[in-house]
Amino acid sequence: MSLIELRGLTHIYSQGTPFEKKAIDDVSLAIEAGQTVALIGHTGSGKSTLISHLNALLKPSSGTVLLDGEDIFASKASIRAARFRVGVVFQYPEYQLFEETVFADIAYGPKNLKLDDSEVDRRVREAAAFVGLDADQFDRSPLELSGGQKRRAAVAGVLAMEPDVLVLDEPTAGLDPAGREDLLARLFRWREVRGATILLVTHDMSIANRCERLVVMSGGRIVLDGTPEEVFAHDGQLVSIGLDLPAAAHIAKLLRERGLDLPAGIYTLDRLAEAILALRGKGAGPC
Amino acid sequence: MLKDITLGQYFPGDTVVHRLDPRTKLILTVAYIAAIFMVGSWGGYALVFAALAAVCAVAHIKPRALLKGLKPLVFIIVFTAVLNLFFTRGDDILFQWKFLRVTYTGVERAVSMVLRILLLVSGTFLLTYTTSPLAITDGLEKLLSPLKKLRVPVYELSLMMCIALRFIPTLIEETDRIMSAQKARGADLETGTLPERARALLPLLIPLFISAFRRADELALAMECRCYNGGEGRTRMKELHMAWRDGAAFALGAALIAGILLLRRLGI
Repeated sequence: MSLIELRGLTHIYSQGTPFEKKAIDDVSLAIEAGQTVALIGHTGSGKSTLISHLNALLKPSSGTVLLDGEDIFASKASIRAARFRVGVVFQYPEYQLFEETVFADIAYGPKNLKLDDSEVDRRVREAAAFVGLDADQFDRSPLELSGGQKRRAAVAGVLAMEPDVLVLDEPTAGLDPAGREDLLARLFRWREVRGATILLVTHDMSIANRCERLVVMSGGRIVLDGTPEEVFAHDGQLVSIGLDLPAAAHIAKLLRERGLDLPAGIYTLDRLAEAILALRGKGAGPC
Repeated sequence: MLKDITLGQYFPGDTVVHRLDPRTKLILTVAYIAAIFMVGSWGGYALVFAALAAVCAVAHIKPRALLKGLKPLVFIIVFTAVLNLFFTRGDDILFQWKFLRVTYTGVERAVSMVLRILLLVSGTFLLTYTTSPLAITDGLEKLLSPLKKLRVPVYELSLMMCIALRFIPTLIEETDRIMSAQKARGADLETGTLPERARALLPLLIPLFISAFRRADELALAMECRCYNGGEGRTRMKELHMAWRDGAAFALGAALIAGILLLRRLGI
């Protein structure tokens, strides 16, 4: 049984008004426990709408969302349970910070779980350590933090709830390259330690290709689904729906067009470097 | 979802009603409100209703859109009806149960009050449905400009109104977003005692205030960057012009009021 399963999910905004818009159109998707999945698509493809269904924030116009085989909309209790089991970090989560201190803000989620104080304390410290926030920041106001630190504090606020599934909507948007690498590495490390499932929403291919599985959305539907190799093999289709290839795959493609005999399935810089070095070893070609 | 709120919403279109000068529509709306209170007979209500339906038809506004806008007012309407039904004094008692007494005058008064509210609110909705917020503030500014002589800061007032209207949808969107984020962290906004619920709103209100101040700051900066320095001597990109259709609209409005007064005189 899959951890999360969507069956025939459809969502129509403002149904019955002149502004009616079908954001998700009959999407079925199953995510296994422990997977790292990237949900890719250009702006307006329905990604953000889709993830709001995973923790019952939006009710589907039709279709069901199953968590461990059970409909999350079955009762108020199941909706609440889904909110805690599926942790969602929305775009620009730093705008949700509100408490007087960083510590209290990270503790907001665990407190809503009605945990006792020592457990809340443990979770806050652990989550802060995972995102790289030092304990000496705990007593500051979250509004005094730098942009990158605010982002970390907001992510920690969701990690502290210890969800089974972590959903992140463009977690690195607006961060500098170093901050982006650092945050991603920390998130993947958190997943390894906790054995959790991660669903990353992004349109940055260099982030997407670190996941085991890529799901590509366009116009409210899933158009491609598979390993990065499988998905990046459809380079023409990706470009036609307004997405890029990862830089490495793009370079490999250009080199191939110039007559270099590179193997298929190159989408990370490491693989590209290896392949080029291998060619050089053979002494074939112009490099 | 908060997005579904229709109060004060503008439905873009290209009908005669949409193209009327906003000043015309503002004056006619005020006249319409006054007219509703001049109605003194059932025939008068029928006439106002017919006029409303005709404008709806011409402006391509579905009656359902109007009804949806009335939804938030159900409580006030019911409250008014009940109040008038039971607390109107009269001798023509319809029935009596203990201290509750319903008179024929009471029923009549209740029905006509409800009709008045319905007609009044749907009429003013027609204004916001067919006129963009910008056009409304432009029109208001022009209409109020004589007050400048009395040192009323008309331009600043209308700019403030314009900005406020402009940011309503943005703030609704923002509220939606913050609400989602806090609900995702287990915020419970729907249950609990009143003080508990009030406290539960803090995680919503604080980020909302912070972002409103940030936006205000950014807007002020952006306006200064474009050398904004007040209303005196500013020209506008879109000048307001009265056209023949505005004259026709005024004539129809006058006819409506004359009709109401005539029906009242005749007692129909």
